[in-house]
Amino acid sequence: MSLTILNAVIAVVAAIAFAAINAAYLVWAERRGAGRIQRRPGPNVNGPFGLLQPPCDGIKLMAKQLMIPGGADKALFMVAPVLAMAPAIMSFVTIPFSDTIVAHSMNIGVLMIFAFASMGAMAILLAGWGSRSKYAVMASVRAVSQNISYEIPMLITVITIVMMTGTMNLAEMVASQTGGIWHWNIVPSLSSPLMPVSFLLFFICALAETNRAPFDLGEAESELVAGFHTEYGSMGFGLFFMGEYANIVIGASLITILFLGGWGCPLGLYPGVWWFLLKIYLLIFSFIWIRWTFPRTTIYGLLNLSWKILIPISLFNLLLTAGLLKVF
Amino acid sequence: MGAYFSEIFYGLKSLAIGLGVTFKEFFKPVVTVPYPYKTIKMTERYRGHIELIENEEGEPKCVSCGMCQRACPSGCISLASKSVEYEVEVKGEMKTKKKKVLTKYDLNFTTCSLCGQCVESCNFGAVTFSKDYNLASSRKEDFHFDLLKRLKERNS
Amino acid sequence: MSGPIHIRPDETFTLNVGPQHPATHGVLRVKMEMDGEYIVKAETVLGYIHRMHELMGENRTYPQVLPNLSRLDYLGALGYTHGHVLVIERAAGIEVPERAEYIRAITVELNRIASHLFWFGAFVMDLGGFTPLMYAIQDREHILDLLEAVTGSRLTYCYYRFGGLYNDVDDDFIAATKAVIPMLRKSLKKYDALVTGNIIFMKRLEGIGPISAEMCRKYGATGPVARGAGIDFDVRKNEPYSVYPEFDFDVPVYHECDSLARYKVRMDEMEQSLRIIEQGIEKLPDGPIMPKKKPKLIKPPKGDYYQAVETARGSFGIRIVSDGTKNAYRFKLRSPTYSNMSLFDEACEGMMIMDALAMMGSLDLVIPEIDR
Repeated sequence: MSLTILNAVIAVVAAIAFAAINAAYLVWAERRGAGRIQRRPGPNVNGPFGLLQPPCDGIKLMAKQLMIPGGADKALFMVAPVLAMAPAIMSFVTIPFSDTIVAHSMNIGVLMIFAFASMGAMAILLAGWGSRSKYAVMASVRAVSQNISYEIPMLITVITIVMMTGTMNLAEMVASQTGGIWHWNIVPSLSSPLMPVSFLLFFICALAETNRAPFDLGEAESELVAGFHTEYGSMGFGLFFMGEYANIVIGASLITILFLGGWGCPLGLYPGVWWFLLKIYLLIFSFIWIRWTFPRTTIYGLLNLSWKILIPISLFNLLLTAGLLKVF
Repeated sequence: MGAYFSEIFYGLKSLAIGLGVTFKEFFKPVVTVPYPYKTIKMTERYRGHIELIENEEGEPKCVSCGMCQRACPSGCISLASKSVEYEVEVKGEMKTKKKKVLTKYDLNFTTCSLCGQCVESCNFGAVTFSKDYNLASSRKEDFHFDLLKRLKERNS
Repeated sequence: MSGPIHIRPDETFTLNVGPQHPATHGVLRVKMEMDGEYIVKAETVLGYIHRMHELMGENRTYPQVLPNLSRLDYLGALGYTHGHVLVIERAAGIEVPERAEYIRAITVELNRIASHLFWFGAFVMDLGGFTPLMYAIQDREHILDLLEAVTGSRLTYCYYRFGGLYNDVDDDFIAATKAVIPMLRKSLKKYDALVTGNIIFMKRLEGIGPISAEMCRKYGATGPVARGAGIDFDVRKNEPYSVYPEFDFDVPVYHECDSLARYKVRMDEMEQSLRIIEQGIEKLPDGPIMPKKKPKLIKPPKGDYYQAVETARGSFGIRIVSDGTKNAYRFKLRSPTYSNMSLFDEACEGMMIMDALAMMGSLDLVIPEIDR
């Protein structure tokens, strides 16, 4: 019994540490990456390659005063950043980094991650509502409608995968893809010829779900100042930021697990956690790359994309896969 | 239906082209100058704040005629002078002459708009532009330049 | 002032965009009556950086006003000083050497490209893309370097004088300009690939923010805003001044009236400006840059003088009423952005806020120039 508790504590601490370090250094990676894309060095003063920038930022944010705007709903205002960060960390618990490194393998792992991912929308809504700012309210309404419309195609795609692999356990999903790149879900097979399309679709949805550019309507800085975190300073803002990056890591991990064979090597050799990390960081790099390339979509453009393109295609893919699975 | 798919196709293609552009830029060298560590040499014609020019004896060329003061649109130049008598030999005879000597030449840089009217209006070539651009300060007094003092400091 | 905000469909709320808002690029304030994301009514509030340039023009001598004109529009300053020197030269009857006029045309066009490049970057940033701004600034830097070597300043130039120029250009400038032209052409192609063709960008601009020719005439909008609405009006062609009749260039006109048309007009104008610069360098005559005979004190005879020039933002007019003294009796500036901005209130009614702000970006606002 005590061993289980110790295990749980270690798992939670490890998840928090992993999320926090990732969040901090992804900010650094993002700024360096953006700098390279824009042909400037990015942060390079603190430490070699600016590697000490994230701790400096962290200290700065923690040292700042926590301001609560007058007339704001204090409870909601304080709860929202925590609510943005906590579900993201919870989701790490069930992600298998390799066949041995997993905090808690659950047979409904996919469901759990989506359940927690939906909490992110809640956090944004509370932040917007609680901070009593018109900009924040508009941004949170946008973010919620965006999250609702993007969860549908995302889940439909996941159902397709679940049908193919026959399990909702993330580790088992990866296990079903072992043995080289031709076993991965992204490669079209006889039973699901549209798999690359659904990979693209899931990728777009993951961008939208994590509120990343070009779908960062919740924090559209040229229209809504800073969106839902307009009124947040100090660590409140810091938590939103960390939550966002933790969500990005989860999104990348999910894509890796669902489509790219998890910890498996493309050639079927030496599977291990390094492959998993390599894949998620490549995906995260592509997130950064996309963010610094494209302008932002409009709210109606975003909803049109979801309801007119992503949902019909994912539904079609679901039906096709269901039919073909019966045939083959 | 065809238009629907062709729009998706061309949309994705345009996105890929855009990604290609930024990907190429990613590997190009950095173009910025890391400013406090490296600086760029100012061009010859760079117009900083004004500076007095000295003659061969190291004294300011300025004869305190006040043309610059009058030409200045913002009234940021203030100068003062005193008359000094001096003796000069003209045709074997000693004569006493008067000349104006500059005693004060202040530039209030807070109101200066760097137009260069003072430099152009000067008939004696006594004023020029400096190449200073590191002129940040949080105190207003730091921008009241005593140009005579600066000239002496330059000479010493 | 406590309790949550109630938003009901039958109720509107006021959104204060500005004076410190990232989308307004300066201290512009727009009071918006909003119904959710939709704008019911908008009211622009100006005057946050009014500096009384017109009054300064009346109580300073003519040469003393010279630096003021470049403070109007910090992005395309040379165009404004060009208008100023042209009107005084006409009023005081000063002959300008041909070389000076050619150099003026070359530098104005360089400045126009610099201004458009910055607008391009800022506009895409309004739409949420940050990287094009950095590329645009990088290209603009080359032009600013060129202009700095000639004029001695990077932004608020005071280069033109009544009758000519402050400095002559040297061979280095000519060589450097010749080198910059193909580089800019390459960059324009890059922008087309990165931004113009982009589906997200097209979706945000196509058919969005209609400003009709009728509305342009009603509010006196000029420049790329009018040309994007199908009005073929360019002061350089319609009321030629300086040496512009000598150049072969086109005036890009688009009839779509939307934000994309205004974007395309400016992108095409950069190419046309490059053409003018090329021709100008080719035709650049030798000779003096200041007239031999120039009055020591500029005192235009009694009269009313007006000169319009095509700046990066539209038709800039300068009117000087002289009473024969060394100060102007009346100094009136007709700034293009003021007219372009005034149609925003009417045009943005019923639009969504993000489209309205995209349209505001397409107007190319420079706030110090509106407020003067």
